[in-house]
Amino acid sequence: MRRLFVPVAIIAAAMFAYAPFLILSAPYESTMGLVQKIFYFHASCGMAMFAAAFASGIGSAMFLFTRKPAADRLAVAGAELTSIIGLLVLVTGPLWARKAWGVWWQWDARLTSTLVMWLIFNSYLLLRRYGGPGSDRLAAAVALFGMANVPFVYWSVNVWRTLHPKTSVIPSLQPGMRGPFWFCVVAFLLLFALLLSLRMELEKRRQQLDQLYLAAED
Amino acid sequence: MKRYATLAFFLLTLALPALAQTPPQPAPQPAPSKPAAQDEFVPVTAPMNPQDTIPAPRLVAIAYGFIWIVLFGYLWSVRSRLSTVEREIETVSRRLPERK
Repeated sequence: MRRLFVPVAIIAAAMFAYAPFLILSAPYESTMGLVQKIFYFHASCGMAMFAAAFASGIGSAMFLFTRKPAADRLAVAGAELTSIIGLLVLVTGPLWARKAWGVWWQWDARLTSTLVMWLIFNSYLLLRRYGGPGSDRLAAAVALFGMANVPFVYWSVNVWRTLHPKTSVIPSLQPGMRGPFWFCVVAFLLLFALLLSLRMELEKRRQQLDQLYLAAED
Repeated sequence: MKRYATLAFFLLTLALPALAQTPPQPAPQPAPSKPAAQDEFVPVTAPMNPQDTIPAPRLVAIAYGFIWIVLFGYLWSVRSRLSTVEREIETVSRRLPERK
């Protein structure tokens, strides 16, 4: 991954530089107009948030079974990214909703379950920061609950009556919108992979530092 | 300082539902039925309502600007935390052989 980091970072930067031009050239949506263009980054952030939640949940499950530090690093990095990218989703969504629905927020299944998932991963991070010894295992269980929430968030729009567009908008995107959308999704997933590896590296260094402090105490 | 920032962030998280609450309506009215969720996006060549009162360009600019600021801020934060830990590792490992 270390050898791939710089080339992937260059590709991701180029994609993010080109994305605004693609989004501007995409057609307007018939009922929402210009504000629908938030969709290209909002939905891509949503996908990256799901990927981060899965990374944290899988890392936590592996940590609970194997107790390997590498699994814990994946869990911590995934949880922090779920919190950061989730914040982007939860802020850009209401900006879109204000114009499209006339309100900033609706307590419907999609929005509420996304907020709950974000709160679960924030509680994971607070638990890791202030939980003291043994909090790593307790936090791992919390991350598993957070990951279990992902399918619920995804399908909520199809099961319950909500104002949020259904999942069917993505497979039914017209060619002019489909290209820019998938371009943004790839850009965000590349950025997610880069940030995840960088954050895991930070956690690895922290674990090394802890070992050094323990050796210094002996 | 970090502890206060974390506490402030936690309190803000708790206050989110209250902030998002819509103000109570003066008189109860029969609730209009909710419009159904959209199944697909229909493209057109120009925005439909030019006289709209809610400025869409501002909302779009805030959304994209916020994403860029948060992502760059997070990248900077990880880089600075990484360099701090690396400096500390260097200091501690220099101290270790001296003890032995």
